[in-house]
Parts: sequence; structure tokens; C-alpha cells
Amino acid sequence: MKQGDSRRTWDSQMKRDMPEETIDQGGSPAMAHVVQPGLDTSHGVILYVENVTVSFDGLKALNELTLYLNAGELRCLIGPNGAGKTTLLDVITGKTRPDTGTVFFGNNLDLTQLSEYDIALAGIGRKFQRPTVFHGHTVSENLELAMQANKKVWHSLLARLSRQQRERIASTAETIGLIEQLSTRAGLLSHGQKQWLELGMLLIQDPQLLLVDEPVAGMTHQETDRTAELLISLAGKHTVVVVEHDMEFVRSLARTVTVLHEGSVLAEGSMEEVQSDPRVVEVYLGA
Amino acid sequence: MSSPVSETAAEPLVAGAPAEPHERTGSVLTSLMRLHSRGEWVLIGLLVVLGVIVIPGLNLLPADSALHFPDYLIPLLGKFMCYALVALAVDLIWGYAGILSLGHGVFFALGGYAMGMYLMRAIGTEGVYRSELPDFMVFLDWKELPWYWYGFSNFGFALGMALFVPGILAYIFGFFAFRSRIRGVYFSIITQAMTYALMLLFFRNDTGFGGNNGLTDFKRLLGFSLQAPTTKLGLYVTSVVVLALAYLTCRYLVTSKLGRVLMAVRDAESRLMFCGYNPHSYKLFLWTLSAMLCGLAGALYVPQVGIINPSEMQPANSIEMAIWVAVGGRGTLSGALLGAFLVNGVKSWCTAALPYLWLYILGALFIVVTLFLPRGVAGLLRWPARAQTDETRG
Repeated sequence: MKQGDSRRTWDSQMKRDMPEETIDQGGSPAMAHVVQPGLDTSHGVILYVENVTVSFDGLKALNELTLYLNAGELRCLIGPNGAGKTTLLDVITGKTRPDTGTVFFGNNLDLTQLSEYDIALAGIGRKFQRPTVFHGHTVSENLELAMQANKKVWHSLLARLSRQQRERIASTAETIGLIEQLSTRAGLLSHGQKQWLELGMLLIQDPQLLLVDEPVAGMTHQETDRTAELLISLAGKHTVVVVEHDMEFVRSLARTVTVLHEGSVLAEGSMEEVQSDPRVVEVYLGA
Repeated sequence: MSSPVSETAAEPLVAGAPAEPHERTGSVLTSLMRLHSRGEWVLIGLLVVLGVIVIPGLNLLPADSALHFPDYLIPLLGKFMCYALVALAVDLIWGYAGILSLGHGVFFALGGYAMGMYLMRAIGTEGVYRSELPDFMVFLDWKELPWYWYGFSNFGFALGMALFVPGILAYIFGFFAFRSRIRGVYFSIITQAMTYALMLLFFRNDTGFGGNNGLTDFKRLLGFSLQAPTTKLGLYVTSVVVLALAYLTCRYLVTSKLGRVLMAVRDAESRLMFCGYNPHSYKLFLWTLSAMLCGLAGALYVPQVGIINPSEMQPANSIEMAIWVAVGGRGTLSGALLGAFLVNGVKSWCTAALPYLWLYILGALFIVVTLFLPRGVAGLLRWPARAQTDETRG
């Protein structure tokens, strides 16, 4: 990868990172880029969470929660501690099974029936609250493991990186500003760099739905701005859900905001609408 | 460890450069060479030459020659090779996937029993009772061979079983354990229970494997007398060759993408699941392979020591196997080999010179290594230079 290329926009780079068929696919313009074969989003909605309840020892972490995500949108989830934000992500990614309610990815994939890895393969990627990377591996190896590929045992036994795959790793590393660190072990990266690496792993995994839990925790101002820029550039081609405490950051994303409170949706709308909602002010922003 | 990825990623990525298929069809030799640096290959080559040519050569010198390698040391070295193979198997699963097995003695013993059954059948009518049946069956007044002894008069079948039986046991055990997400110390405890249960089963005369005494008094292997020094030498050389091949296979595994996935299982399993990998099937693959390597070691071991009995399944034996790896340095493969040779070398010397002290010395060794050498002797030697990786592992 030549250094001169590094000034490409997020957009062109993301386009390059997308598999061919997803870019050129027809269909209604609103979701032209998000539809992959096998996933039916013909109603424009990519995720249906309906009446989901999860309780831990009698405490309801999620209470009859209903939430819809449109294909290609960028949604921010906010709410006070214990509102159920992370539990919701756990339910979507199969880590926690709901007691009642349904979770559908597109019209046809029942996520409550799939394992974590099947959900990941179906096209849902997740970034954890605490940056989680494979610290014994180099940046390049981390990206290699996350990259779309046949992830079965026998295939891994014989897998060799092709030229395109190596280029893909390099271009992703450039996107996340870690091109110089390709051979550095992830355990040696700074906290912010680990956050970026995990974002890079999400990018190279190329999921249709990205769930990003507190992406800017521990980042500097510049890094935060860059993250916002990256997430905004992803929306449209991917559906992005951002869980964040940093109100400044949520405002900079300037998208639809869903406020959770005690396991249910309290309010939904633009940042301004939500901020002026007296109930929200009472439980959260005004506090 | 210098990984293939970091090397290749540094190559210039010129668009339109030729022939990715070319890389795929790269000869076996090239991919073999990639497993080690040139210096390491030279070292491996020297060790194999030492084991396969120099030592047997010195052994074949006349007994009065000053350079003669004594006959009694040959089976001992052969035994060490088998232990080293076990250490390799334990390190594969413990060092790379983070699964500590304290039950590998079972797989070793099952492989040994399979070979022992062949050797019993190969005795023919030369046993004490001049019967077609193995002596212990005559002694128990059994009239015919139990069905599970069928086929073991065939060497190939027995060898296959030495791999297959440990493999299938490990597969079934692992399938349920990994699917139930049993990890860490719980898994280790269950493997101890498994080895203990099987030991009790094999102690019973009714089980049909010679009970307490096990299988012994073997006469010949594939027609060669087991008492002949040349047979012993042949078995020793076979052990060295098998160990070298097994090492290279394991090395290939851990440097492949499969190896990187497994290390990721060890470091951040849930992250790996959200990347779309099923960690259970990876663990199951490695666990089964590790058990089969152990079975192979057992099959090589039994003709060299001349006996297999249920005491091989004692829980303490399996723990000792883990100690070899801990002493040598886990997650390095070469360290596991080193540990097996070192601990067993000390043990052989000690049990002859200071028999009462051996267990104390073993315990002290383990404590010293745990306290002062968390990466084992290999970490001390920094060979191979994987050592830095562990600093952040915590």
C-alpha cells in the first residue's frame, strides 16, 4: 500500500471493502447496499426486537422492549446505567436468551434460535464495551481472524492469505490508522488504538448490522472526532447501532436517538426532540 | 514466533501483480521451510541425525569399544521419546488452546493397551499355558476370546485402534464438555475423574484386559523378537522418527490460521465467537488430535517397556505429564519436548540414586518453575523467541 493512497475518503475506502455483489445490487434505493443474499429486508427493516423481556434473578433487565431498526440507519442508544443497553446487545448477538419476545434479523432470521457465531456469520458484528482484541496476536493477525472467510476448522487448517486479502488487511489498517503497527502485537497497543483495532475488526468482518458499545471511551478528542466520522460514513451501507454515554459524541452523530429506561424504550427521535421530552429530562438528562 | 502473516503483510502490495494461484501451488517444501528459520532447521536436523544415525551407530560398535553406546540405554531413550510425544500432545491443547488436561494418561494407556493386545495375540501358543488364548484368560478360565479382542492379531488393525480408540473417547468426552462450555479448572477436574474411572474399570479382571497385572510377557513384534537388541534399536529409531514427524505436524498446525484461531480461543473466546468462529469445534479438533498423538505414544511405549497395566491411568501420571510441559515451557512445543527429556532424565537418575527423594524433588521442581520460571526452561532460553508474547498475557 502506497502512503499516498491514505488520503482517500472513508467513503471510497468502505466501498472498496464491500464485496462486489452488495455494492451493485439493485432494489429500492433506501437499502440498495445493505441487502445480502439470504437476508430479507424487503420491508425496509433490518432488525425487529419485539416485546423482549430478560430478567436476572427477578430483576427485569429488559421489560417488554420493542425496537425496530431500518436498514442503513445510524441509531444511538442512550440511557442511564442499568437501563438495559448492553443487555439488549447481548440479546441481539445471542449471548443472552430472552425470556419472552422475538428478535428477527430481516424478515426471516430468528436470532433467538442461533448461536453467537451463527449470528456473527449471518452479518451482525459487535464491538465490546471494554476493547477486546486478541492481545497475543499482531494487528495484522487480528484483522485476518476477523476477515470474512470460511471459518470452519478444516478450511483454517489450509488457509493462506491471498493477495486481495492482504490488501484488504492493509487498507483496513490504514482506515484505522494502524498501518505502521501491522506487525505489532495487539497487547502492546494503547487503549485508544485497541478501540480502533476492534473497530477495524468490525469493518473487515463487514457485517450488515454493527453494534458498537461505547466506542469512544478512553479516546482523545481527535480520535473521538475520527470515530464519529467513520461511523457516519458507515451508515447507509451498513446499519449501525451506537451505545454511548458521551452526549457530546451522540450529538456529533446527529441521528435518531433511542432512550432506554428500566428495560424499555422511553423515547425515540432526534437529539433535540429527545432532549426536550420531559420524561427523558426527568430520568436522565436533567438529573 | 515469527508468524507467516506479519512477514507476508510486509511484502509490497502491487496491484495487478501476477498469480495468486501461484502462491497456492507453492511446493510442499516451501511451506515446510516456512515452519522454522534456517538456524532452527539446522538444529532440528542435527538433533535428528544425532538420534537416528549417531546414537544407533555408536550402539552398533563392538561392546568393548570406548565409544560404544550401552544397550540398556536404548529402550530408556526410546521411552523418553514416547514421553516427549505425550508432552507435545499436552502442550498442543494446553499451551495453544488453554485447556489443561489432567487425563492424558488415559489416552496414552489406551494406545498402549491396543498395542499390548496385538503383542498378546502375537505370543500365539508360546504362553505358559500353551493356549491360543492370552495367559490371563486361561487363568480366569475363559473359553473363548471376548469379541473386543477380535482383529487384534493384525498389527495394522491394532495400530489403527491405538489411534482410533483414544480419538473416539476424546471426541465424545470433548463434544459434551465443550458444548456445555466447561472450562478452566472444572475441565481439568473432570479429566482427572475420567482417568480415575477408567483406571478402576481396567483394574477389574472382568473387563478383559488382564486386570491388575495388565498385559505383559510379550514375545515378538511383527516377527522380530522383542528381546533382541536390534529390535530395541529399531523401536527406538522409529520413536525418534515418529516424534520428529509429530513435532513438524504440530508446528504446522500452530503456525497455520487454525493455530491462530486456537490462540485466540485461549486469549478471548467470546470475541472469537462474535467474529463468526465456532470455538467448540476448534477445541474438539485439537483435543481429539492431541488424544490420538498420546495413543500413538502409548503404542510405541509398550513394546519398549514390555508391559501395560492400569497404573498408567493413575491420576498422578497425568499430572506428571502436565508438569513436563510446565517445566519445559508451555505454548512453545520445543519447550514441551525439552521438559519431558529433562524431568524424565532427572527422574531416571534419581529413582536409581535417591529413590526416596524423587517425589520431593518433583514437587520442588514444580514449585521452582511456577515461582521463578513462569514460561518454563524454554522461556529461560528464549527458544524459540516466542517469549515476548507472554508478557501481556497476564
